[in-house]
Amino acid sequence: MKEEGKHKKAKKYGMVINLDECTGCGACMVACMAENNVPFKEDESNKLDSIAWMRVYKLTNGKSYPEADICYLPRPCMHCEGEHGHSPCVSVCPATATDYNHETGIVSQIYTRCFGCRYCMAACPYHARYFNWWDPVWPEGSTKYLSPNVSPRMRGVVEKCSFCFHRYQLAMDKAFLEGRTVLEEDEYQTSCTQACPAGAITFGDLNNPEHKVHQLAKPDNKHGGRPGNPNVFRLLERLGTNPKVYYMSSREWVRQAGDNYLDNEDFAKNYRH
Amino acid sequence: MNIGRRSFLSFVIGGAAGTAITPLPWKLIDDSSIWSQNWPWTPVPPDGEYSQVNSVCTLCPGGCGITLRKVDDRVVKIEGMKGHPINDGGLCLMGLSGLQLLYGPTRVKTPLKRVGKRGEGKWEKISWDEAISEVTKKLADIRSNGESHAVGSIVDSESGTVPNLFKRFLTAYGSPNFMTMPSIQDTYGMTLQLMQGVSAQAGFDAENADFILSFGSGIIDGWGSPVRMFKANSAWKANGKKVVQIEPRLSNTAAKSDKWIPIKPGTEAVLALGLANVIITNSLDSKKISRSTGFESFKKLVQNEYSIDKVSKITGINSATIVSLAKNFARASKPLAICGKGQGSIPGSLNEFMAVHALNALVGNINKEGGVWAVTETDYIKWPKLEMDSVAENGMQKERIDGAGSEYPHANSLLNRLAEVINSGDGSLEVIFVSGANPLYSMPDSKAMKTAFDSIPFVVSFSSYMDETADNADLILPNHVYLERYEDVPTLAGLSKPIVGLTRPVVKPQFDTKHVGDVVMLIAKALGGGMADAFPWESYEACLKETLGVKWDVLVEKGFEFNGDKCILEGDFNFYPEAMKSLSNFTPVSAEGSAISYPLILIPYDTIRLANGYIGDPPFAIKAVEDTVLKGKNSCVEINPKTGKELGLTEGRYASLLTPRGKAKVKVHLYEGIMPGIIALPRGLGHTAYDKYLAGKGCNFNELIGPAEDPVSGLDAAWGIRARLTKV
Repeated sequence: MKEEGKHKKAKKYGMVINLDECTGCGACMVACMAENNVPFKEDESNKLDSIAWMRVYKLTNGKSYPEADICYLPRPCMHCEGEHGHSPCVSVCPATATDYNHETGIVSQIYTRCFGCRYCMAACPYHARYFNWWDPVWPEGSTKYLSPNVSPRMRGVVEKCSFCFHRYQLAMDKAFLEGRTVLEEDEYQTSCTQACPAGAITFGDLNNPEHKVHQLAKPDNKHGGRPGNPNVFRLLERLGTNPKVYYMSSREWVRQAGDNYLDNEDFAKNYRH
Repeated sequence: MNIGRRSFLSFVIGGAAGTAITPLPWKLIDDSSIWSQNWPWTPVPPDGEYSQVNSVCTLCPGGCGITLRKVDDRVVKIEGMKGHPINDGGLCLMGLSGLQLLYGPTRVKTPLKRVGKRGEGKWEKISWDEAISEVTKKLADIRSNGESHAVGSIVDSESGTVPNLFKRFLTAYGSPNFMTMPSIQDTYGMTLQLMQGVSAQAGFDAENADFILSFGSGIIDGWGSPVRMFKANSAWKANGKKVVQIEPRLSNTAAKSDKWIPIKPGTEAVLALGLANVIITNSLDSKKISRSTGFESFKKLVQNEYSIDKVSKITGINSATIVSLAKNFARASKPLAICGKGQGSIPGSLNEFMAVHALNALVGNINKEGGVWAVTETDYIKWPKLEMDSVAENGMQKERIDGAGSEYPHANSLLNRLAEVINSGDGSLEVIFVSGANPLYSMPDSKAMKTAFDSIPFVVSFSSYMDETADNADLILPNHVYLERYEDVPTLAGLSKPIVGLTRPVVKPQFDTKHVGDVVMLIAKALGGGMADAFPWESYEACLKETLGVKWDVLVEKGFEFNGDKCILEGDFNFYPEAMKSLSNFTPVSAEGSAISYPLILIPYDTIRLANGYIGDPPFAIKAVEDTVLKGKNSCVEINPKTGKELGLTEGRYASLLTPRGKAKVKVHLYEGIMPGIIALPRGLGHTAYDKYLAGKGCNFNELIGPAEDPVSGLDAAWGIRARLTKV
């Protein structure tokens, strides 16, 4: 079994989010909360402690009325590959509670191993990780809708987007029972991808040229998966975290918002997509 | 015992070595981490058998198909139904958080009778028999006094079996006061009636249009059938179709459009007529239409009264933009103009709708691919003829309390007038039934509505949730929520192909609730006589099965069916119906209040993340609201930084917002995407009822605005109100 696995081509699950189509409706956020038993509290307007594995940010172009423009940017976990699987969070975790899976490219989070040091949160440049400051409390009766596929977390642990890894496991189980080892593209899709009413999110195996994500992002694996499509960019590309979430926009100011540029820097020259 | 240096050292060293060798400390640390994560209050969701059921979402009029994932008898997730003609797998955040309404803390669990003062929240649990006999006794007394017309009902829409049961109940009882929650469908229906002579709704073939001109419609903010519009928007993007958004605020729709044209709020009709002028003057109109009724008068009107300069002055849009917009619109191969601001919950000015509809007619896209179709629902409700007794006949002769059909002959229902009629003493009601609606929250000037309700002696709510109206009722007869009941869900919502769906019991009722259809029938049967005869069915389910006939099996099997026809335009398109004559001296519906005391203008805005109708935001949805919309207990208002500077208000400052109708404490959010001089406030906040996750957050826009009667339709045409914003 193990030998067989070694010969299989590694998968690299990733996402392409079309920011031209994204309407900022927030369905991805809620689809994620409902899928992953994310708790809620009475006041969630302090976004620093409001747990949202997927969070939609609002970008502005900084211009005055009436030239102002806005764009929404959904931010799941980027599932950074770093260099050779050294994602920023994985390399600082003292408890191996978060790990990079070389078979799928997914960065895991194992709640029962986490003891809450929050190094990973400090290391993550995308604010994709959230800490459970309190035990989750569901109102009476509300635990009935909790999904058995994802364990509810407890106080003192860090949580984040898992690319709905349980869905991958369920899909693999099903495939195994049917005597297959390879998944079809639509067999494993994240909850946010499925729910997006605008169809702005595409999810699949970046290593598989037949998958739409590969065709959209055209990742260059020799350079950490850098996108080949000029309208596609990744967040903080120049940090070298090599995220597996790609964004697509036809607007230059949006692409420019994806990284930090100095005021006098030539964006056109230095834009690395 | 004598402890020497030697024995002490050997004890310490031996102890240390022993401790290091035993696994005990390591085991204890390990145990403590396991123990600290195994609190009994961290739930472990039980596993079980997995299954899937299809149904229909009823949380908004959009009619999306949903697939429910079940584990044993629990529903654990709602997803969009793949292959459904409206949403094909996608779903909005309200639909996705529906389980929080089913299992959540805001449900009314048994019939409740008020024991304290109204709105005090003191209730007594009563049985269904007691509850029904309570209502029956009241109704029998009123009827025997010949006051049957003093009973009214407010429901969410006119179509479907449940609203029709209410209508039949009132007719058999003898009251014409069947009222519905207002929406742009009222205005579009009237527009089609007046201009096309058809009794139909507007169905937009949005998917096939190639130039969409939107007069403030929140295409991706929840207008029409929301998920369908999201999908259309993505298709426009993919195929390079153009969208132009006209509104004073850079909404999500405006930001996603190809061109945002800010306009002075309330002057949209003027712009539409100005565009018509450019199209006619440049002979860009479709020649087939020019022979239509009223065309010459219309042409004279727009050419004489709506010169480009004048329109530019009124709307604040420069002349060149108006001319190029008109030309681009007319030259597109399938242009489509739509209106109805935001999510379309305010009916709006009839003149505006007719002016926009005239644009569609000018470019010849009425009943064309990519245009506006007049669509009608197939009326599958064929119930036996109602035998009315003399009391019923007398009651039905009386005028409606809201003036629909009499004072305003074109209107079917004018709920916006109810509060004023009652509060000014021009009319009164003895009993009001409210089902699937929350008028005490969602009607403009909600405080006046509450005052009106206070004077109605008996208020009965059929709400599943403890909403504002239920909170102020005398009796709550809780309905099952949509995941616990059968009901037909006819969907128009701007679809060019109307659909009927079937919502079905996915789980058994969680509490001691009853289907509202059953309750209406039980009350009728308890009243006896002709009332009982009017409802020959033994239960709502039997009634629904019989009503749907052959459709039932299709709906059970598939979940939806196409249910409507496109009307063929008979006769001419009437460009200048009588009702439009008032346009010759057109002055836009003005905002209430004096410009001196209230120098700014307050407008509402809709976001898909906030529900503002019968359903309040469930916890997940309110969690998704941005902190520039709601922060702590305060709503945020958007103002232009220029306005902020003039008022001395900076980002995050608290301010007091005052309008002629009310006031609120708000937080300031400086936003470059709003016209200077305008304040924008989100709708859907400021609930006082439901649960702690929603109540007490922000302010209700409806407390700050009053209705403005459209002179022709009588419907509410208020788009904003004058306001003052001051530092606190």
